[in-house]
Amino acid sequence: MTIATVDAVPTELVPGRGGGGPAPTRTVVAYGFWIFILSDITMFSGLFAAYAVLSSRTAGGPTGNEVFNLRHVFIETACLLVSSYTCGLGALSAERRQRDRFLVFAACTFVLGAAFLFIEISEFAGMVRADAGPGRSAFLSAFFALVGMHGAHVTSGLVWLAYMVAQVVVKGLRPHVLRRLLCFSLFWHALDIIWIGVITLVYLMGAR
Amino acid sequence: MDGDDRLYDRAPGVEHLESTANVLSYTVGLGFAILLTIASFVVSQTNFLWGPGVPVGLIVLAFAQIGVHLVFFLHLGSGPDNTNNILALAFGLMVVFLVITGSVWIIANLNANMMPMPVHLPR
Repeated sequence: MTIATVDAVPTELVPGRGGGGPAPTRTVVAYGFWIFILSDITMFSGLFAAYAVLSSRTAGGPTGNEVFNLRHVFIETACLLVSSYTCGLGALSAERRQRDRFLVFAACTFVLGAAFLFIEISEFAGMVRADAGPGRSAFLSAFFALVGMHGAHVTSGLVWLAYMVAQVVVKGLRPHVLRRLLCFSLFWHALDIIWIGVITLVYLMGAR
Repeated sequence: MDGDDRLYDRAPGVEHLESTANVLSYTVGLGFAILLTIASFVVSQTNFLWGPGVPVGLIVLAFAQIGVHLVFFLHLGSGPDNTNNILALAFGLMVVFLVITGSVWIIANLNANMMPMPVHLPR
């Protein structure tokens, strides 16, 4: 598709690399948000590095193998994965101006995200009760910092999603609301990508 | 989106309405992601892979899954309209790689060169 276009149009109109003149607002907004997401992932890389360095420093306390419950982690992963799917379908319905379908998919996304958060918070509470809180060892400090930061992102994503649903209901699917929705779905997919790193480094490698 | 869409740069996550391929893209992506997730858990919990190779296997599976997410959920492609997105991603990955491997490398060296500590020191 694009190759035919490249041959057909003059070089100054070659797609990409700014060839088509100033990009539409939508592209500029999404690209700017993409840069933000990459910087957010860079911030997470610091927490990942801290965890990788400190994961063996248990100070005589519990190890990952003792405190992680892989069955819960699997359910959490499934929730987040399916919520990413429903978020994508919701973004698609919004693009097609199908307001009611968007609201259904947004509700699914919210419920799955809230389920993820509920399991995570009850895990954390159980660990703190079992004297495996963030103050117990360097390993647990790094664990709570990394996984807690991801959980905080999911929480803010849920707040943002509720706010977006309110905007769609009140303002309708106008172009600027659609641009905000696009940023939200980028954010939600990025959380899923970070979670893949978390389950691999923290849970799957830690609970062996 | 309109017809002159392809003359412009494309941003990640932007939908294209020309066909139903979008729902298909998300569904295929979900299928791959589920398969890779199950594979990760199986590799980690069984002796399917040779023991010392398990972390490598898990990292490979994680990268495969991140690739699936980028392509099927964020619609990143290799076309010229995606050059800016891929360049930004490549820079981000480079920083992530430097921070993580650099930290692990430096701290491993520090640990290796550390004087043996008496065990009874207060923690």
